[in-house]
Amino acid sequence: MTLLLDDEQRMLRDSAQQFLATRSPVSALRALRDRGDERGYDPEIWREMADLGWPAAVLPAEFGGLGVGYKGLGAVFEQVGRTLAATPLLSTVVLAGGLLAEAGSASQRDLWLPKIGAGEALLALAIDEAPRHDPTQVTLRAWREAGHWRLDGQKEFVLDGHVADRLIVVARSADAPGHRNGLSLFLVDPAAAGVQIERTWLVDSRHAARVRLARVQLDDAALIGAPDLAFDALDCVLDRARACVAAELLGVITEAFGRTVSYLKERVQFDVPIGSFQALQHRAARLYVEIELLRSCLAAALEAADAGADGAAALASLAKARASDLGERTLNEAVQMHGGVGVTDVLDIGLFLKRARVLQQAFGDGTFHRDRYASLRGF
Amino acid sequence: MSGIDEFRAEVRRWLEANCPASMRTPITNEEMVWGGSRVSFQNEDQRIWFERMRDRGWFAPDWPSACGGGGLGPREQRVLEQEMLALGCRLPQYNLGIWMLGPVLLEFGTAAQKSEHLPRMARGEVRWCQGFSEPNAGSDLASLRTAAVRDGDDFVVSGQKTWTSDGDKADWMYALVRTDPQAKKQQGISFIMVDMKSPGVTVRPIELISGTSGFCEVFFDGVRVPAKNVVGDINQGWGVAKRLLEHERAAMSKFTEGGAPSLDALVVAAPYLAGGGPVWRDRMAAALMDQHAFSLTARRLQEMALAREDVAGPGSIMKLVQSEQESAKYELLQQLMGHRGLSMEGEGFTADERAVCRLWLYTKSYTIAGGASEIQLNLIARRVLGLPA
Repeated sequence: MTLLLDDEQRMLRDSAQQFLATRSPVSALRALRDRGDERGYDPEIWREMADLGWPAAVLPAEFGGLGVGYKGLGAVFEQVGRTLAATPLLSTVVLAGGLLAEAGSASQRDLWLPKIGAGEALLALAIDEAPRHDPTQVTLRAWREAGHWRLDGQKEFVLDGHVADRLIVVARSADAPGHRNGLSLFLVDPAAAGVQIERTWLVDSRHAARVRLARVQLDDAALIGAPDLAFDALDCVLDRARACVAAELLGVITEAFGRTVSYLKERVQFDVPIGSFQALQHRAARLYVEIELLRSCLAAALEAADAGADGAAALASLAKARASDLGERTLNEAVQMHGGVGVTDVLDIGLFLKRARVLQQAFGDGTFHRDRYASLRGF
Repeated sequence: MSGIDEFRAEVRRWLEANCPASMRTPITNEEMVWGGSRVSFQNEDQRIWFERMRDRGWFAPDWPSACGGGGLGPREQRVLEQEMLALGCRLPQYNLGIWMLGPVLLEFGTAAQKSEHLPRMARGEVRWCQGFSEPNAGSDLASLRTAAVRDGDDFVVSGQKTWTSDGDKADWMYALVRTDPQAKKQQGISFIMVDMKSPGVTVRPIELISGTSGFCEVFFDGVRVPAKNVVGDINQGWGVAKRLLEHERAAMSKFTEGGAPSLDALVVAAPYLAGGGPVWRDRMAAALMDQHAFSLTARRLQEMALAREDVAGPGSIMKLVQSEQESAKYELLQQLMGHRGLSMEGEGFTADERAVCRLWLYTKSYTIAGGASEIQLNLIARRVLGLPA
């Protein structure tokens, strides 16, 4: 048990850094946006990421997993955040791959995990319905009818939902909204009758989908895990995703912060670099302090995810809450300290600001996770 | 069994046989034994534990035996610390001489200084205090003005020190004095050891807003100090002091390991949180998460140090964060207690309520003493981020 990376994880991180710097720098996202790319990622780059083994990083060993754990994958996510690389890694690998590995039947695993590991299939998790994340509030209905399942309802903010080969839909098959019990997971073909998918254009130039299910008919093979009892597996996989999002946020934050500190050293006003002003120095130093604290929380959350430790949920909330809040604060400061150019599109800082806001909302913001942390600590 | 395993087993056997059961419980501030000529014990177990550890040489386990230490190597010293922690053994005494001045004397001291001071220090016979700050030299310590003028074999010291912790209880002081008023700031300063019984030394406690008075003002009125008491070269004291302050963090960690005067926030808060609503819950969660983040960072630093990684960056945040968090914690607890958090000594208040009020005031000094928060931020900005002066 250690918060530090081992040699293999370090190598993975370093190779990710090199790869992204050359193949997917920030300019790649800018190009994607400028051409109005409808997929929201570059399939060619994604194939190269698959060649590096990223989608297999956390798969079970029998499906060719790299065995680098979430600490290793988290190190990749941090690098992804630094260049704002567009990848379906979170939706396909951490969320869908995680749920299938955790709760899927043997045939579901055999069918999908090799494809996920090879980067040949894209999957997305359809969970959120309300404006703010809260898994217990799922209302999309699932019920038995004439030997089949029926699903009816609507999902929003389905990351990569517009390009997914399959959706994993969280549905309420029993109990009222607000309860953990009564949730079920279904594997849904977007081409099935009654499924309607609408691309939504988000501020970060990546996409998410709004998904409508109108009395969609599914057979038992579509069910992932036991009916009504999906919450524990879902929460565990969500926590890993929260840690990975926090890792990507840390990358966004450190890159934007580094660029800002450089700017403070270069920009001259009143005949001196503005970084010599104590008012700015102290604000920058405070951000550095928070970044170091976040780095520790994140390392502990990823370590706990790998160990399946008792405290994993609280640590995931700790990391995601701090990453969300610090992402907001750092990027606001970054824009402000850049002055006028900070609000121009020609500078990349705006792209970091936009991405940070999307990641802040993904799977719970600071308010959600402080509340969850309080519950987990028993008050 | 390897040598170190044998040593561990031996240490454990000895501690189990020699550390009284009452010395294996968490220590409170009031129960700390301070070594020195006026050492006092509240009970027999304290005295027994003090004497046994002293006679074993384990007040200064890593010092050479010739200097009165235990002669342990770094690994063995670590084993001793680990075993004491594992058994919950209290520190037998608290001693700034051993923890801060001792390592500096070992490095810079003359043979005569070592033989005069180290063995007595290692037996817990001398209590030391630190004379650095002055009324006009706080954050800008190098502007200190207490003068030491050469006169034959002595220096004659005149001036004033302040914020001297437990100056009224100390036997000796190590101090920074100005020996060359012409030289630029840092260059004219010497590091000198002063016997507090010397004629012309006057000590006056400072009463604080928290009602405590752990700090003193110390006045020097023509105090004669032998020149042989200068540590390191004359006018080179600033470097000696910097080295001494490097030992400060290790010394301060002894206090937390022994159980710093800190309340478990959630336990204290529980009765006041009930029915308090979502805003208090959110603020409480945020405070606990801050603490959690700090303790994880302490763990990460330790692991980095063991892996011989550079800890200068993250290490630079610890004093700032810990002091601000402790202070903020009592602000929050006091507000959570409402008007019941407004009495330090009144009847009709619980012990927790009075403690929170007292600690709210007491912890105000945390973000000022030992390098104010603003100084910490300057250091991070300049040394870690490389921002221009």
